[in-house]
Amino acid sequence: MNIIIEILQYCFYILLGCCFACLIRAWLGKSVPDRMVAIDIMGTLAVGITAILALMSNRAFLLDVALAWIFLSFLGTLALAKYLAHKTLDE
Amino acid sequence: MMSWNEIIGIIIICLGVLFDVFGCLGLLRLPDVYNRLQAGTKCITFGTCGILFGIFFTTGFSNMGIKALLGIPFVLLTSPVGAHALARGAHIFGVKLWKESVVDHYKKDRGDKPRL
Repeated sequence: MNIIIEILQYCFYILLGCCFACLIRAWLGKSVPDRMVAIDIMGTLAVGITAILALMSNRAFLLDVALAWIFLSFLGTLALAKYLAHKTLDE
Repeated sequence: MMSWNEIIGIIIICLGVLFDVFGCLGLLRLPDVYNRLQAGTKCITFGTCGILFGIFFTTGFSNMGIKALLGIPFVLLTSPVGAHALARGAHIFGVKLWKESVVDHYKKDRGDKPRL
């Protein structure tokens, strides 16, 4: 049981590194949609991080947080895409 | 002593993390918005689904496993739709394709209409 938690800790650190790579892309990106893509992908990565935390600490409510995070990230991405296409949010 | 479902679940979780790493590598290295979108979205959707399925495999039909199994179709439904909307928005916004890209069907379909 102990080695499982150790492996999950390494997975957690690797996923944090992936989030840092997304932040680098959002910092370097030449155009506006580059940054939006990076933020969208970071939202999907955060779901995986929350799920690994739930298995690591054996708390089931963190998966509820992950389920809510999926929909909030989806709504944010749709709003950003609509802003990109039409330059306004009210329509 | 670990049981077999825990071992297989950990292996599936590690595969998901590996897919996430490759997706982020593509997000850093590819040259164009659309290339980055397809690399990032496909790899990271499959990676997150792999992590959730590994949690389901590890814990079985318990309180956590059902929630993880419920999360898989939500990720599979929402992430590609968001990526498609972002690609359409970027095309209308006026982001040029990479200089070695060969085909652009959406521009041909949309014609020379101005911004919608």
